Amino acid sequence: MAALINVPARANAGDIIEIRTLTSHIMETGFRHTADGKLVPRDIITNFTCRYNGVEIFRADLFPAIAANPYLSFFTVVNESGKFEFEWIGDNGYSTTASASITVE
Amino acid sequence: MPTTRRQFLSLAGGVTAAGAIPIVTLRPVEATPAALAIAIRNALGEATIRNGKVRLDIPPLVENGNTVPMTVSVACKMTSTEYVKSIHIFNEKNPQPNIANFYLNASSGRAQVSTRVRLADSQKVIAIARFADDSLWQASAEIVVTLAACTEEMN
Repeated sequence: MAALINVPARANAGDIIEIRTLTSHIMETGFRHTADGKLVPRDIITNFTCRYNGVEIFRADLFPAIAANPYLSFFTVVNESGKFEFEWIGDNGYSTTASASITVE
Repeated sequence: MPTTRRQFLSLAGGVTAAGAIPIVTLRPVEATPAALAIAIRNALGEATIRNGKVRLDIPPLVENGNTVPMTVSVACKMTSTEYVKSIHIFNEKNPQPNIANFYLNASSGRAQVSTRVRLADSQKVIAIARFADDSLWQASAEIVVTLAACTEEMN
C-alpha cells in the first residue's frame, strides 16, 4: 500500500522535472520453490501509469525481473500547476494509487 | 547379516544421488539467447536494431542479484518530431527474457529511466529504444553477479 513519491513542490514553466516513485510489493517471481518443492505462485506488479492533469505521461510494463519494492524514476516537462496521479496494477487484483501536486510559475 | 561400512556408504551415496536429481530438474529453464531474440522480435518487430544513442548504466560487478540499480538514457533532443516512444529492457539468462517496457512521449523532456532489476546469473542486459520514426537503437552491458536472484529456494 505504502508508496513514496518524490515530485518537486514547485517548478518554472517548461522545466524538465524528475519524478521518483517507490512502492512496497514483494514482486514474487513465480519461479521460486519452497523447500518441499512447491512452486510459489507469481505475485507481481505488472503495470504502472503516471498521469499529469489526467493525461498519461509515462507508463511501464513490469516483469518478474523487477526487484521487490519497485523503484521507478522518469522525467517530464511541466507547463501548468496540477496533480500527478500514479497507479500500480498487479496480479491477484492488486491495485494502488498515489498522487502529488506541483505548483508551476 | 551385518551391514558392512562399504555397503552402507554405497547405499547412502545412491540415495543422495537419487535425491539430487529432482532438485536439478526443479530449476527453471533459463531464457536462452534464442528466447531473448524471440522476445525482442515479439516486442519490437523485425526492424533493424542499430548500436548507439542508448546508454545503459549498470554496475559491471554485482554482489547481490536481487536488486541491481540500472539507468537507461537515450541521446535524443525530445522535440515534438524527434523523441523516444519507448525503452525496452531484456536479459539473457533470467528465467524470462523481459525485464521491463517503458513508454515515453514528446513531453517527457529527457529520455531517461531508472529502476532496480533482478539478475539470476552473470549475463548480458540489453536496452533498446524506439524513436518516433520507429528506428531502433540499442546498448548492452555484461554484468557479473556473485549472488543470483530469482531461483533460490524459499524458506
